[in-house]
Amino acid sequence: MTATNLLQIDKLSKSFAENQVLKSIDLSVAAGEVVSVIGPSGSGKTTLLRCVNFLEVYDGGSIQIDGREVGYVDTSSRKRRGEVDLAGMRAETGMVFQSFNLFPHLTAEQNVMLGLRRVRKKPLKEAREIAQHWLSRVGLSHKADALPSELSGGQQQRVGIARAVAMDPKILLLDEITSALDPELVNEVLDVVRQLAVDGMTMLMVTHEIAFARDASHRIVFMADGLVSAQGKPDDLMAEVATNERLRNFLSRFSATAH
Amino acid sequence: MDAIIYSLPFLMNGLGVTLLVSAIVVALSLVIGVLLGIGLIYGPWPLRWLIRLLSDCIRGIPILVLIFVVYYGLPPLGLNLSSFWAAVLALTVFKSAHVIEYVRGAVTSIPRGQMEAGMAIGLIFPQRLRYVILPQAMRRFLPPWLNGVTDAVKGSALVSLLGVVDLMQAINQVIGRTYEPLPLYVLGALMYFAINYSLSTLSKVLERRYSYIRE
Amino acid sequence: MAGSMGYQLSFNQIWTNFDKLAEGLLLSLGLAFISILIGAIIGLVLAIWYVSAGRVARTFISGYVEFIRNVPLLLLVYLVFYGLPTVVNISYSAPVSFVVTLSLYAGAYLVEVFRSGLDAVPKGLLDAGKAMGLTPWQRLLYVRLPTMTRITLPALSNTFISLFKDTSIASVIAVPELTYGAQWINNKTFRIVEVYAVTTVLYVVTGYAILFGLRLLERRFRVER
Repeated sequence: MTATNLLQIDKLSKSFAENQVLKSIDLSVAAGEVVSVIGPSGSGKTTLLRCVNFLEVYDGGSIQIDGREVGYVDTSSRKRRGEVDLAGMRAETGMVFQSFNLFPHLTAEQNVMLGLRRVRKKPLKEAREIAQHWLSRVGLSHKADALPSELSGGQQQRVGIARAVAMDPKILLLDEITSALDPELVNEVLDVVRQLAVDGMTMLMVTHEIAFARDASHRIVFMADGLVSAQGKPDDLMAEVATNERLRNFLSRFSATAH
Repeated sequence: MDAIIYSLPFLMNGLGVTLLVSAIVVALSLVIGVLLGIGLIYGPWPLRWLIRLLSDCIRGIPILVLIFVVYYGLPPLGLNLSSFWAAVLALTVFKSAHVIEYVRGAVTSIPRGQMEAGMAIGLIFPQRLRYVILPQAMRRFLPPWLNGVTDAVKGSALVSLLGVVDLMQAINQVIGRTYEPLPLYVLGALMYFAINYSLSTLSKVLERRYSYIRE
Repeated sequence: MAGSMGYQLSFNQIWTNFDKLAEGLLLSLGLAFISILIGAIIGLVLAIWYVSAGRVARTFISGYVEFIRNVPLLLLVYLVFYGLPTVVNISYSAPVSFVVTLSLYAGAYLVEVFRSGLDAVPKGLLDAGKAMGLTPWQRLLYVRLPTMTRITLPALSNTFISLFKDTSIASVIAVPELTYGAQWINNKTFRIVEVYAVTTVLYVVTGYAILFGLRLLERRFRVER
């Protein structure tokens, strides 16, 4: 996991006004790897994820996907990439949002097709085939013509996933994708993610579903106060509870509220 | 009463002018207002600043004063317009400033996540505008804009003060001959009412058609 | 183009006649103020009546609102000033006639403002009033109206500013407000560009100064929703 890392983050820092949200983050994700980021709210998890596709402009350090610097032309000069170049890089990273962010004026199928048509420049027929393929993969073939307002939260989020993966991204970013869902709808979404993991999709996800993170990811990263406090294989990380007080506090509070 | 009936064709001509003025003003202000509105939201800061200043000032002037400013103020500066076009220009400037605000209201009411979702799938800025923002802004823009159309029709009555023979002026001229102000003003009011009420009914139908796509 | 070369700006005669503009401005503000007071009473009474009224009354109120909102103010001004006295045996001065018109006009807009304001009063507050044993009238007086007033303040401010601008239409029946003052000076001095430049500035500055003041006032009365 050194030279072959698909995503390589070094000394990443980011502040909002006075508040330094990310202090110095080092993190890597290898191709085919599933990495979960956990941690208390305000620890910078979501900001980290949003930096990876440059929805947040980061202040210092470097993020590289497949050896290309995200957002800037190169690591040293800090010259911003142009709009087209930046859009091209973003197309290589799929993102699934906490609040779905489906386009409300488009049907499920049109939501998935928009990027295929306008970014990938696929012909209509091919774009529709790809969209239908992914909608059926998330179990929503029958809802292709439904508007987001006609779908449940879980269904909307599954369309959100289909929209992201249909672009055939190198890495999929998942930002607390079940936090806005009613408890009974969480599993249908997590099942889809689990299936993607089995298929070898590279994923970086921020989640509050500790149990899910444990059994679906290869590695868990624990963030606190803008730093990576601990990371490792799920079982190894859980073993660190004995020595890492912050992790212990976080997990105990979590199990007290969620279970 | 007969005099009023005989004057009906004359009033109809006036009504035609009222509709013509309103239509030109509505069409021109739509184009200008939408372009400047987008400039106000996404333009570089000097442009944003300029549009904001213009829009605020124009909306702060009574429309009647604006009409006089354009009609009397331009000739000394070397620009001669007929009273018809001076009135149309003034109403268009006024209306455009309002359209700018409708556009701003409509676009800024769209959640930030929509722009971000468009970014995340790799759309460039003009594409995000074209495929994500504007279609959604459209249905938030429509109701206030359609309301504003009736304002344009009502505002057009002020062109009569420059001697343009619109419905308002036609009514006044008939009164000048018949000396029956009340029935004619009531008739005129009903004609304006008929136009605007149908416009606002139409706008409600359109609103309903666009409202099935609620998040 | 020759005209533009020949025209020399000169504000001297504007300043010597500035009293016409200053008095006009005060009258404009006065007309707007009286009209919003009367309009608010009309609007409030009709809004409360509407909430509890039967179908006939509702149709009547809606008819009034729709009629006023769909007819140009200019025509209403003519109708009241020139039209009404020919059938009803009343005679009034131009300013009074204009205040009548603008009040009816404001009333029609404020019915809607107050009606949605009454609707926006949280139901929980009314339930709390009920639970305390307040009678319907007491609930209206002590719960609904005070809450509604705070909710509707911004709309009232906006209405006042647009009424202030609408007073310019009073010039067509020779009410000596600001626009009329401008026309008067223009007829006397032919300093058309200058007089309208000054008038425009007076309208814009006064309008925004008042709006700014009202916004400060609103902030003091703001209610969390």
